Amino acid sequence: MNPEHILAILENHRGDLGEVISILEDIQTKYSYLPEEALRIVAQKTRRSLVDIYGVASFYKSFSLKPRGKHLISVCLGTACHVRGGQGIAKEFERQLGISAGQTTSEKDITLETVNCLGACALGPIVVVDGHYFSNVSQQRVKDVVQKARVGLDRVDVKTDERLFPLEVSCPRCNHSFMDRTRYIDGYPSIRVTVTFGGKHGWVRLSCLYGSYSVDHEYKVPTDTVVNFFCPHCHGELAGVSSCSECAALMVPMIVRGGGMVQICSRRGCKGHMLDLTRIKV
Amino acid sequence: MINLTINRLKVSVEEGTTLLEASRFYGFPIPTLCYDEGLSPYGACRLCVVEIGDEKKAKLVSSCTYPAEEGLRVRTASSRVVGARKMILELLLASCPQSKIIQDLASAHGIRQQRFRQEYEDCILCGLCVRMCEEQMMAKAIGFRGRGENRSIGTPFDIKSEVCRLCGGCIYVCPACQLRCTYTEPENAICGGCENLSPPCLEKERFDNMMCYMDPCVSCEIRKR
Repeated sequence: MNPEHILAILENHRGDLGEVISILEDIQTKYSYLPEEALRIVAQKTRRSLVDIYGVASFYKSFSLKPRGKHLISVCLGTACHVRGGQGIAKEFERQLGISAGQTTSEKDITLETVNCLGACALGPIVVVDGHYFSNVSQQRVKDVVQKARVGLDRVDVKTDERLFPLEVSCPRCNHSFMDRTRYIDGYPSIRVTVTFGGKHGWVRLSCLYGSYSVDHEYKVPTDTVVNFFCPHCHGELAGVSSCSECAALMVPMIVRGGGMVQICSRRGCKGHMLDLTRIKV
Repeated sequence: MINLTINRLKVSVEEGTTLLEASRFYGFPIPTLCYDEGLSPYGACRLCVVEIGDEKKAKLVSSCTYPAEEGLRVRTASSRVVGARKMILELLLASCPQSKIIQDLASAHGIRQQRFRQEYEDCILCGLCVRMCEEQMMAKAIGFRGRGENRSIGTPFDIKSEVCRLCGGCIYVCPACQLRCTYTEPENAICGGCENLSPPCLEKERFDNMMCYMDPCVSCEIRKR
């Protein structure tokens, strides 16, 4: 845990020190749990006693004081889900994962918890994985759900999601196309650019689907690193002037074929992006 | 001044007086567990219930938190009040049977048995110690944690608090001796009283898992008899 991150979160809430719950929510979003040290910093900076902060943190069930896994599986045991066999499904999850409810697997990838109602009783028994709802879950489907959770559900399903569409982009300096038809990502030609970070220099292939964050790279870029993008043809840096609204890193501009501009955030893991089309051909 | 009737006696009290203070001032006893003169009222134990209002509109309120109102009719020992108090005491006995204070109160109310599943808690969550720590000792070392079934009183993360001065005030006010002697675990010690007694207590080793035996504590009283 980095105390500076906590201080930055507190800075965002400056002006109203009564926002303990939203401060704790932000910390929980960042670390997926509330580290002890973080609570101490919050108590000190909001000029409250640690007892009060701890009381709030331990009162609400959505706050966790223990480290949690990368993915969170919530099995509903509300009345409607209970009568449709939610208990058995929770048991099956426990068996498959080898942990009991409220615990995290030893590889720290999955946390299993039971919740009391998710407000979607007609779809029961319900299981929620990282915000994705699975309805009418049967014990046979548990294995499938666990597998999907392990892979990660943030990946988009290209074939079914209609909000995704491909873009063809080119360099804003030399107007050479970035499209690489030798390598496909998500079933479409990839966008090839070169990146440098921490003394390393290599190619990165991005998905050309607007809304997909799939990426392939020569060197693994650690999350949260800001990288410099270059055109592989003119070797000029793709440096924009605007900064990301999510994380304040510089945006990388690319020209969209057909007229317009797309900008993506240069920070690995940040999903900040901007699409500005001048002429839309449907 | 506010005029009201307590058990048909016309009385007048200053504005802001609670029903409990008024009743006690005029000589009507009301049992309490979570009330202390030097601390803010909390209304946790519900033992101080009284009946206000007439016939159909009559209701039970906790007198320690209810301010006196003009023309209010208060009954501190009606059959409904006594019945409610007995039930509360039975429930308290079911959760905290070792507390001498609760035993005495139950006995005084003529309770001879309790009909609930017996538990052996050592806290009734009355919050006296929390208020003592915050309001009189200005420390805020202990507080409520968790909720519902898992609600408990203690320090954050169950480790010794930096702001705790080992004053022992929490144990002094406790009606259930929740914060038992922790001499054998100096890490989470809250009291430390036995180490500071003069002359030093020679028997402290014997009290490792007993309730604290300092001044108001019940286990000591039991032992003396």
